Amino acid sequence: MIGSPDVVALTKEDDFGDSFTDPCSLPEEFSVPLFAHAANANPWTKTSYAKFSKDFILVSEFSEQVGPQPLLTIPNDPKVCGTFDLNYFSLRIMSVDYQASFVGHPPGSNYPKLNFVADSKVVLGDSKEGAFAYVHHLTLYDLEARGFVRPFCLAYISADERKIMHQFQELSSEFSKASEFLKSGNRKAFANELEKKLKDLEYTRSVLHKETELQKMNNGCYSTQAIEKANELANVEKSIYEHKDLLRQITSYPSRKKDVDFVQHEMEKPADTSVIDDTLNSNHSDVADKTVETESESRKSSYTPQLIKAKSAKCFDKRLKTMEELCDASFFHQTLEQLNIIEKSFRGDLCLIYTSQIDRALLSKQSVTSFLFEAERDWEYGGTSTNFSISSNNPTVPILNISGEPLSLDSYTTCIDVDHIKPGVESMEGPPESSTSDITQETSEAADTETKGSFSSDKSIEAFGGVSPSSLQANYFDGLERKSKVSIASPSENTSCSVAVPQMTSDGNLVPMDAACCIGQDGFIFEEPLPELAQECCGDTVVNQEPLSLLQGDPALQVDYTLEESALAESPNMGLTFSELNTEEVAKINIEDVSDSTSFMSASTSSDQAVSPFTYGSALTLKQKKKAGHSALRFIRQYPFAQQAIFCLLSGRTLVILGVDEGTVRKLVNALFIFVPNLGKYGETVQPWLSSPFQLTDLQRWKLIGLQRAASPAGSSILHSLNRYSRYISILDCDNKTLRCPPYKGTLVSHLADHRTQIKRGSTYFLHVQGMLTQLTAKAFLYTFCHHIHLPMDINDQGSVTSRRTNFLLQLGYTVEESKIVHYLSELIKQHYIQGSSKGGNQSFCFNYTTSYLYKI
Amino acid sequence: MLRWILGGREAQGTVEKSAALFIGEEQPKNCFTEMQVLKGHFDIVRFLVQVDDLSAGDQHLSVCVFQTGDSLIELRGHTQQITAMISYTFIRGGNAHTALITASSDRTLSLWDPDSGNRVQNISDLQSPVKCLLVLVRLDVWLSGGNELCVWNRDFELQCKTVHHSDAGISAMVELPKNFIAAAMDKEIVIFKLNLSGSDIVVMAMRHLADHQDTIHSLIHINDGLFASGSHIGELIIWDSVDWTIQAYEHILWEEPARDGQSEFKLNHQKQIERSIQHMSSDGEYIVAAVGSGLYVYNVLMKSVVAYRRIAHDSNVLHTVLQRLMSCSEDGSVRMWELQDLPLPAEPASSGFFGMFGTFGRSSKQTGPPAKKIPEVPGLRSLELIGDLIGHSGAVQMFLSFKEKGLVTCSTDHLLIIWKDGEFQSQLRSLAVFQKLEENQEL
Repeated sequence: MIGSPDVVALTKEDDFGDSFTDPCSLPEEFSVPLFAHAANANPWTKTSYAKFSKDFILVSEFSEQVGPQPLLTIPNDPKVCGTFDLNYFSLRIMSVDYQASFVGHPPGSNYPKLNFVADSKVVLGDSKEGAFAYVHHLTLYDLEARGFVRPFCLAYISADERKIMHQFQELSSEFSKASEFLKSGNRKAFANELEKKLKDLEYTRSVLHKETELQKMNNGCYSTQAIEKANELANVEKSIYEHKDLLRQITSYPSRKKDVDFVQHEMEKPADTSVIDDTLNSNHSDVADKTVETESESRKSSYTPQLIKAKSAKCFDKRLKTMEELCDASFFHQTLEQLNIIEKSFRGDLCLIYTSQIDRALLSKQSVTSFLFEAERDWEYGGTSTNFSISSNNPTVPILNISGEPLSLDSYTTCIDVDHIKPGVESMEGPPESSTSDITQETSEAADTETKGSFSSDKSIEAFGGVSPSSLQANYFDGLERKSKVSIASPSENTSCSVAVPQMTSDGNLVPMDAACCIGQDGFIFEEPLPELAQECCGDTVVNQEPLSLLQGDPALQVDYTLEESALAESPNMGLTFSELNTEEVAKINIEDVSDSTSFMSASTSSDQAVSPFTYGSALTLKQKKKAGHSALRFIRQYPFAQQAIFCLLSGRTLVILGVDEGTVRKLVNALFIFVPNLGKYGETVQPWLSSPFQLTDLQRWKLIGLQRAASPAGSSILHSLNRYSRYISILDCDNKTLRCPPYKGTLVSHLADHRTQIKRGSTYFLHVQGMLTQLTAKAFLYTFCHHIHLPMDINDQGSVTSRRTNFLLQLGYTVEESKIVHYLSELIKQHYIQGSSKGGNQSFCFNYTTSYLYKI
Repeated sequence: MLRWILGGREAQGTVEKSAALFIGEEQPKNCFTEMQVLKGHFDIVRFLVQVDDLSAGDQHLSVCVFQTGDSLIELRGHTQQITAMISYTFIRGGNAHTALITASSDRTLSLWDPDSGNRVQNISDLQSPVKCLLVLVRLDVWLSGGNELCVWNRDFELQCKTVHHSDAGISAMVELPKNFIAAAMDKEIVIFKLNLSGSDIVVMAMRHLADHQDTIHSLIHINDGLFASGSHIGELIIWDSVDWTIQAYEHILWEEPARDGQSEFKLNHQKQIERSIQHMSSDGEYIVAAVGSGLYVYNVLMKSVVAYRRIAHDSNVLHTVLQRLMSCSEDGSVRMWELQDLPLPAEPASSGFFGMFGTFGRSSKQTGPPAKKIPEVPGLRSLELIGDLIGHSGAVQMFLSFKEKGLVTCSTDHLLIIWKDGEFQSQLRSLAVFQKLEENQEL
């Protein structure tokens, strides 16, 4: 919520952007790099130029047998790369590095020498392919490979060059972690390999020795066979010596330069590392035979030495080991995990990544107050937040330009400019007035049906959001709903994505609509595509339709898609909304992409499960909060007393949501939990569904409770407890649609929850809420740490402290009720500061003696 | 016995009841805006004792010691219900130690060190369970009262004891000047004398005061010259501590007009439950008595009633305190009261719900005191409810005030609640924050 620039960048039609006039402009280092041609280009469409739909990670190898070859991509989904030529690109990136990693007999040395070379990191650009990559080269050891080394590379490929450049440091540190996993695993595996080989050699030597003796006995010392055997024996001896030397080298690797994550990793897998440590630390070269035998007895007792030839086989005869074999399996999976994390955390638009990095960096400095409303996101990003240093300068990045073309950002973007239809500036700033009512209607309609529909259906309605608001007739709506349930069964994350893709690309079906939209809207400047580019467009249809053709594989989605099309055809003022969709929908994709892709909850299972983000033991994610923003938006539109309910939550008065139907109650809890201060990492202060009478201690623990209304004896005792503690709680009865709570008059919460708000998207609203709450938190911080209002002038000066406090809050412009909010937040900050982040089990619970009123719809 | 019954005023009485007892949620004079729930007991909590900064709650089998609500030591050892508890401060090695003495139905007495939680001393196989304890700081001995009165020194050695008294046993004791002890035994108050000759202590009964007509529930010390006792049927007697004569006699009758003999009997039957004096507390000048579900404030010096409320709670009042007038009840609430001057002193709204008998130097209860009917009590004030504390889900057994630090209540719902002044606590926290800032040099 620090990132108010975030809000400005992503919201285009809410009133927030208009009213937001920054009194003190942000310091330079916090400002988000603006899109170079924001005036006349849609910044979101850049990816559509490239032949792949979104960023991905490519792992490739320079195989000594077949040359450069791609091994795997993350995400491991052919859809991602589209028609992008992985082989070609592998060749490109693998042909870069080779300053390094010569292993063999260096001049002046008799024995092969392992070079522990540092990984090389470069940025590559291929503007022809529209691909830019951060490339991380590393070598792994393989006994059977030429020179004992196998060159690999990890590449982060994106269509956005600036993203690579800006994020170079972060990419570098994250990929270094992945590489470190690989290399540690590889050293372990290599050492094992060497030990096996040594055993074989020892065995061979002993066999040869016997044979030589036999030859000598039979044929005398100087027979040809005897000499042959002796030579062979000498070869083996030499080989043993060499291998021992290699083993010594690999085990004496200065592997102890631990970075933090590696230590963590070790802590997680103590068993593993003990093995590594054994292998790596014991000095084999001294008494190699013994150590190998004794030490490896336990592990390789099953291994029986084989008779081998002293000379290794020809390189093309053998099968090269796979990457997983080269590294230890657990390390390999660790690496994949890390790569997945990288993919996730660098997903989306640069602006968003950058903002969130600033956000995190600032948040880390705000430990005093960040617990109040911020999601704890450390787990999501691993070490990036600590490494990230705010700097507006671009890091110095080595750039290699393969294609030989001038690779300036300008040329690249201009190229896109002409390709894409320019939306006007106005479209970035505000929606046309005409469409707002439609959207509002749509949302309220969605809200109405919410009771009967499942949450999953809502979700997909949101996905189709701006498509056909005016034509969402009842029968239509049902249809959508039915369909959407089917479509949800497919990986949920992709629904919104893949549906949106054909809309972005100007493929045949949609071009007319696109044009209509541009004509229909004042601010649009429609440019006829240049002839040759149009040609290219046609030539590219295959490419552009690629996602569509993939969609066709999924019948459910296909149905939805056609449905949507017909909706477009029917809708007269479709253009307006569609234009909005163009920017809005993509923005949404970006937002959603950032959080995570692994469908965090199986939307297709029971609706109750899907509604509630409170699955015990799992941390609340930003994504869940953003989804909650959608529910919250519906809540404030639906309930006129939403402000009072929110006021209760903000001022620390426990809000009980009472209802018969679990789904409805959970939905309301879900809508309101973003307003609960000090929510906790796992949402500990919220109890979404309680079917037993609550105790006094529960009031201390929970600030938002969903309570079952039942006709059973248990139900009556629940009502009794409600009655008894009525002075400490507010009760939202969702069956009778009433709220019993203290009155609230003021403007603060009405800004926060205006039922006539122009905000349409849940995530936008969430950001709005976060912004407001940050403001509030800042005030609470000020109030808490202004010492002149809290310290008594003398010992018996309590009264003046009280009045100074009250006056201070009044001067801040808060009414008596709003002062309670600030006061409550301040108390939380104090407690948190005094006790540290650990939540003391026994906290006091504050309340006020105020009269409650009953609010009705 | 003459009853002064106020006829025809009943309607007003009920109005008064319903109007005054519903205070609502707006309580500007109620400063307790913060609560902290202490969990630790697994049974009814009956007693609270202040031990230095600690408060100790008691339940059936174990005693829990809480320190400012955080640390907790469980003193476990008794096998049956704890019947009495007292803190005991003694000097050992130049330092004052505060220990805790407990008595239980399992016929044991224990001395606990509340810092470590150890049971320092233990006496078992007593002849009868101890019902009350009294520490005589001056003599550095302590007494236990059950079926007999025992005197113990600080090392838990029995100094002397009285002969077996009765089945009822001693239910309460107060210390009187000149080494005398007043003990309540059923309907009597027995005055004991402790004779100290050298190191030996001898205890002997001096006088039996049999002026109460029913069981004495409450016996308290008022000041150096007076003590008070209250009985099951609402008799409140103020005694002189030196010559044990009656200074004042009040028979509190929460009466309602009787319509006929039948119903009177019935009503009387109810009233006998209702007007028992459960608890009294005093600040040396005033007494507040918990009478049935009502409260009765009496000025000892003026020998006149100050204020009363026949129905202060929905159920029996169990504990009262006078400094900041509060009462707790079986109905699970704690109520705070304020003495307010009546708006119309000429018309003392319902001054008739009690009978008042002033008797001086009365020795025999046979001679009925001359009835003095006082139609109008000068200076009668009203008890106004200014706030209530609701939190417990069972009867609030007892509460203990820690001045500005708060108020601790204990209840049959196994919980202790500390009620705090929210504003004061907030200021304390602010101070703590700035102190920590200073320590961390972040200021």
